[in-house]
Amino acid sequence: MEQISFTALGLGLIIIGVSYGIGKIGQAAMEAMARQPEIASKIQTAMIIIAALIEGAGLFALVLAWLVN
Amino acid sequence: MIFDRCIKLAGGKRFFKHFLAMCCLLMPVALSAGENLEEESEFDAAAMIMHHIGDSYEYSILSFTNGRGEKIKVSLPLPVIIWHKGQLKVFMSSSFKGGDELVPIGDDYLRLYHEKVYLTDASGAINHDESQSVLNAQPINLSITKNVASMMLSCLIMLAIFIPAARRYSRKGALVAPKGAQSIVEPIVLFVRDDIIRAQIDKDKADKFTPFLLTIFLFILINNILGLIPFFPGGANTSGNISFTLTLAAFTFILTNISGSKHYWKDVFVVPGTPLPIKLMLVPIEFIGLFTKPFALMLRLFANITAGHIIVLSLVSIIFVMKTIIVAPVSVFLSIMIYCLEFLVSFLQAYIFTLLSSLFIGLAVNEHH
Repeated sequence: MEQISFTALGLGLIIIGVSYGIGKIGQAAMEAMARQPEIASKIQTAMIIIAALIEGAGLFALVLAWLVN
Repeated sequence: MIFDRCIKLAGGKRFFKHFLAMCCLLMPVALSAGENLEEESEFDAAAMIMHHIGDSYEYSILSFTNGRGEKIKVSLPLPVIIWHKGQLKVFMSSSFKGGDELVPIGDDYLRLYHEKVYLTDASGAINHDESQSVLNAQPINLSITKNVASMMLSCLIMLAIFIPAARRYSRKGALVAPKGAQSIVEPIVLFVRDDIIRAQIDKDKADKFTPFLLTIFLFILINNILGLIPFFPGGANTSGNISFTLTLAAFTFILTNISGSKHYWKDVFVVPGTPLPIKLMLVPIEFIGLFTKPFALMLRLFANITAGHIIVLSLVSIIFVMKTIIVAPVSVFLSIMIYCLEFLVSFLQAYIFTLLSSLFIGLAVNEHH
């Protein structure tokens, strides 16, 4: 039982970290797009790539949590 | 004010009328589903969800309890293909009778147990160890399961859309106004080629990889959307199956590494421009990076699609767990919202998979400036 609750805590922490990272990217991209709307599409592509990479790190952690449990 | 703008974006008040009508139409389904439950003993949401996102040897179409209280299951049996001790056996999954019957193969018998086929003796005994995992051997199984059938269906859909379009291009050339299937194919193909592939891979090399990346994009997209259809020809969790995503990621991995340029391998094994101690640290990291990139690609698609299916199923399960009709409108409304989100995600994941694949290929083949 205790192990399960620790895993759940870890999963919560993973989600906090990943969403903080993606939120920061979103914020930066929004600001950049507002300042230079003409290169908005380029910024968007870069934003999605970086968000996907962070998401990848989060997924690694999720899978590890699932394996450890 | 934000709400007003949302309405305007969504196509005016008409959209909301349609949306409400759709909710009303779905209500009776949820209500009747709730009624049946009175007789059932215990509803196991986790088991139901796992059953729905897993693979299966039959394609369930519907199951219900009729007026006399009999349980009726309508499902499409799919072929089971087993290779065991040099013997090939092909039969329909209905011969298992849902796991009650054994199917002989050579000296052994096959038994369907929790959606998996095991080898047993004549008594059909399934042995467990202490942690309740099955000890029986599994034969080499080449069956056309639900996921495989759904994948074949998406191949057929792709062929049905693309062959007429391609034929028209070869006959009329690319400069006539598009017609029929062409009108939907052309913007998608151009988007993938210009905004994804050519943006990441050097122009002179991009066209070599375009067929592969375009196929991956459309295959993932069609499978994602087929998985979202809740009734018969769809509903299989194909792109949320780890072996499916593993195969696609393996293609990317192989293609990236066989087309890698000298620079690419130098960056991995020599890491130019760094002092030796850093090199010793970086080379293993870079080497592991070769494998983690496609691994993350595999997990991302798998986790996103499976999570989407789980959310929708959990929202529907709320009705059955709480055993009231009152939550039905809420849960139907929420699951429709999640469906809209998942429709977006199915595009986004196909886009991201293709984008990252072309990014990795681009890293491997591009000239360094």
